[in-house]
Amino acid sequence: MALLEVRELTVLYPVAVGLSAFFSHRFLVAVDRVSFSLPERGTLALVGESGCGKSSTGLAVLGLLEHVRGEVLFRGKDVLKMKGRELREFRRRAQIVFQDPYESLNPKMKVKAIVGEPLAIHRYRAGPDRVGEALELAGLSPPEYFLEKYPHELSGGERQRVAIAAALILKPELLVLDEPVSNLDVSIKAGIMNLFRDLQDELGLSYLFITHDLADAFFLSDEVAVMYLGITVEKGKTEVVLSCPLHPYTEALLSVAPGSRKEKLILAGDVPDPLNPPPGCRFHPRCPRAQTECAAEPPPEIEVGPSHWTRCLLLAQGKRHDET
Amino acid sequence: MAEIREAFRTSPFGKAGLVIVGIFLLLAVVGPYIAPYNPWQTADEIEDILAPPSWKHLLGTDELGRDILSQVIHGTRITLIIGLSAAAIAVVVGTVVGVTAGYFGGAPDAVLMRVTDSFLSMPFIVLAIVIVSLMGRSLGNIILAIGLVQWTQAARITRSQTLSIKERVFVLRARALGAGPFYIMRRHILPNVLPLVFANMTLVTSLAILSEAFLSFLGLGDPTKFSWGIIIRYAFETGAVSIGAWWYFLPAGICIMLVVLGFSFISNTLDEALNPKLRRGQVVV
Repeated sequence: MALLEVRELTVLYPVAVGLSAFFSHRFLVAVDRVSFSLPERGTLALVGESGCGKSSTGLAVLGLLEHVRGEVLFRGKDVLKMKGRELREFRRRAQIVFQDPYESLNPKMKVKAIVGEPLAIHRYRAGPDRVGEALELAGLSPPEYFLEKYPHELSGGERQRVAIAAALILKPELLVLDEPVSNLDVSIKAGIMNLFRDLQDELGLSYLFITHDLADAFFLSDEVAVMYLGITVEKGKTEVVLSCPLHPYTEALLSVAPGSRKEKLILAGDVPDPLNPPPGCRFHPRCPRAQTECAAEPPPEIEVGPSHWTRCLLLAQGKRHDET
Repeated sequence: MAEIREAFRTSPFGKAGLVIVGIFLLLAVVGPYIAPYNPWQTADEIEDILAPPSWKHLLGTDELGRDILSQVIHGTRITLIIGLSAAAIAVVVGTVVGVTAGYFGGAPDAVLMRVTDSFLSMPFIVLAIVIVSLMGRSLGNIILAIGLVQWTQAARITRSQTLSIKERVFVLRARALGAGPFYIMRRHILPNVLPLVFANMTLVTSLAILSEAFLSFLGLGDPTKFSWGIIIRYAFETGAVSIGAWWYFLPAGICIMLVVLGFSFISNTLDEALNPKLRRGQVVV
């Protein structure tokens, strides 16, 4: 059984529009019926541009958002329906590392308080040695050097390692990594990415890795799901999806990644307003291969290879294969 | 902390406030030991009744021959106790209301803030008069009455600050860790609103001292203690103003003015350090 099984996850945000907000809410669909599964000790990367709903998916999986529909099964139990003790236990087993270590650490707390906080919240009677262990796991040694420091006394990389130590201290099974290296310098980033890989081998962690960087996804993940405007346009094994992408959006993303030798496909226009998504395939207004029928109705998800799915009408009709 | 130190270092008003308040705090602590007379001790000689300042009585005497200087010195302690305790009650009530309303939002927020508004809409001195007349004229009741009418400001300030802090990522992280609302309010929200609460408390202290003087002058003070307001009340009852006994009411009046000024200077300086809109080198909008 998969560690995490997400079915038809939908995340809505109420939008206040003028006076009408007083009487009723309009909803923005940030994530639209997204499904994926994450095996134990596996890594699934959610990739896409900013605003595509990948971070909302991460937060919804942890049960941190309101207005969420669908199912998030963690070891077979629906996180969205958990309460009380069960939810507490889930909170211990699933942790999150945020993008910005400047924002995610309380500036008024010392490192030992930040890293020890999960123990306090879950009322573990464990001493400072456990905090020290966690800091060492996250690559901060000697731990004594960091215990009494405030976040503003540390570098960006060190802060992110503090956040990682705090996420590890309860020995979780699932880590949601929400763009954990996007705010870091390239030189520091490599160290943190290697740390994630080592921790996975050492502790048997599973990662839901949210990133906009395809190289990072390639480095860390076994499987990848590409998101555009709240839907998954393509998902499958990382090597397969990133080496021979089938959806035009994945193709465009890959062609503009640094180091790509393919001809750059620069998409026309901007991401449409998520409040008024285009009819039919959401990508069709910007798709270089769009046909008239693409605007008619949303393409279904089709299996194009062994555990490789995509949503493109052209593939459903087999036209894409004729071309290539 | 660094900003606060810097603000006091560069502001002459801030320094003056610290000095004034410091002197009066010292006086409140050691006052009863250095006062030349027992403030209740009446005179036996007729020439000591309403005597103007002399070497025997540096600030003269009242209509019973009691030493004014000793009354004022003893009054420092009572006045500051009333001011600081009332301010403490006000900021504690205000912070609890503000943080709760801000963190939970929705219905609790609406209810608490309407209550706050209704307190704000009443002239506070009238409310305090009603409370003291209903509960009786004792030190504790005066403190309570002033505290209960001055909490609205702290509630407004902490609510708006809470609204911004609760959207910070470290609060989301604490929620992801399984922290409950009370844990988050205590460990994450409170430490971040406390500096503002503290700045507000200095302002409320000066307001509370003024309110106490006001209530005492209206005859609602505690008659068993000498506060500065009570001294002025007695001076008024005796007709000190019309007979020209300036030494009776002036010292207490000047003390009230100085302490209120001192606390206001401190409060303004703290505000300058903590309120982003008032920071130096920036345009105040």
